[in-house]
Amino acid sequence: MSVLYSFSYFIFSFVVLSIIGLFVSWIDRKITARIQWRVGPPWYQNFVDIIKLSGKEILISENSNKFMFIFSPILAVTSSTICGSILFLVLRKNLGFGGDLILFVYLLTIPSLSIILGGSSSGNVLASVGISRELKLLLSYELPFICGIIIPAIKANSTTSLIEIVKFQEINGSNILSLSGVIGFIVILISSIGKLGVVPFDLAEAETEIAGGALIEYSGILLGFYKLARAILFFVIPSFIVILYLGGTPLNNFLGILIFIIKYFIILILITLIRNTNPRLRIDQALKFFWGWLTLIGIMGILFVLTGM
Amino acid sequence: MNLKLKSLKKSLWVYHVSGGSCNNCDIEILDLLTPRFDVERFGIILAASPRHADVLLCTGIVNKKCVERIKEIYEQTPKPCVVVAVGACACSGGIFRDGYQMAGPFDKVIPVHIYIPGCPPKPEAIISGIVKFLKELK
Repeated sequence: MSVLYSFSYFIFSFVVLSIIGLFVSWIDRKITARIQWRVGPPWYQNFVDIIKLSGKEILISENSNKFMFIFSPILAVTSSTICGSILFLVLRKNLGFGGDLILFVYLLTIPSLSIILGGSSSGNVLASVGISRELKLLLSYELPFICGIIIPAIKANSTTSLIEIVKFQEINGSNILSLSGVIGFIVILISSIGKLGVVPFDLAEAETEIAGGALIEYSGILLGFYKLARAILFFVIPSFIVILYLGGTPLNNFLGILIFIIKYFIILILITLIRNTNPRLRIDQALKFFWGWLTLIGIMGILFVLTGM
Repeated sequence: MNLKLKSLKKSLWVYHVSGGSCNNCDIEILDLLTPRFDVERFGIILAASPRHADVLLCTGIVNKKCVERIKEIYEQTPKPCVVVAVGACACSGGIFRDGYQMAGPFDKVIPVHIYIPGCPPKPEAIISGIVKFLKELK
């Protein structure tokens, strides 16, 4: 029963997360268009893109590793869906093991890893440039991202359970209302932009330099799976930040859900604004930025939270 | 009309093929993406790789070096795809039709679905050509 239940729950959360994610990515595109004084795409645009990609031919190049080439987009969608389904359970507060933070960090790494796997198995030169950048980017943003995760974990009496963090904020107010909370919020927001792979840190698939990077050989629904995984992460990562830093409202009534959505949109709009006002960084600049300033600020935040500020 | 075709018409990803053009048509194509014309409201965006593309937007004459590459790009594009010849050179050869480097306009090399004449065609002309084709498509 439990296997069947978890499988059907997975399918259900996949459908719900895809709908939410594609809609949210449309909002991102629309805001971008309005910032550039354009009209922008209609609301169903991202759904139509995925349906179109599912109807296209799938081309697999001769010198690729065919199994990994087909397997890695499915891996990307699966891992991001599991992230999202754990997030739903955390929000409803009925999870057996309390939503472990370390598990979440691992699961959020898998979409980037699957891009690396897919790109390296496609046997394209530009894709190998793309995956080398993606690998360096993964190494660089992971450190400040973990700094940003440790701060609320220490705050909530040194726990790694997401539900404990949610409960702690319901009693003591949001984490962002303290000095270390503000620092941690900034650090995790910027490193999550790297995780999403949007513009200041989109060097892994820079269209103008390396023609799509790791995804260059993908076509048809396999490309659609990557787009879907990206769309789901567009929902998962900002709501993860909301849970860690902007929590404090119980979600058991309509008002609580509305406040959660407003908080989510604040973070989404922040990410979109940063994306639209910054040029793409080179890989050495990104590495210096993440390992230099951002990690320093993150460690400072950890010191603050240890002294109780 | 089935869902596949309907969704294809609403979301065309364009790959820009230049077969040796004088850059005038290419500039007009880039104009399509500017806020004044904004083709993203029809779901049209520029794709980075021919594997992602639904439309090949071809400009320029096809010179002899380009023939193999253009055939390769056409084969790399997942079907169904649409080929659009933009500008007088891509449609018929234009003023270069007697040149020694000319290997025929685009329809000698790959099947072309839409011809948009002009030297260079206005962005409005390109939009109206594609819209007329999409209305005919069944």
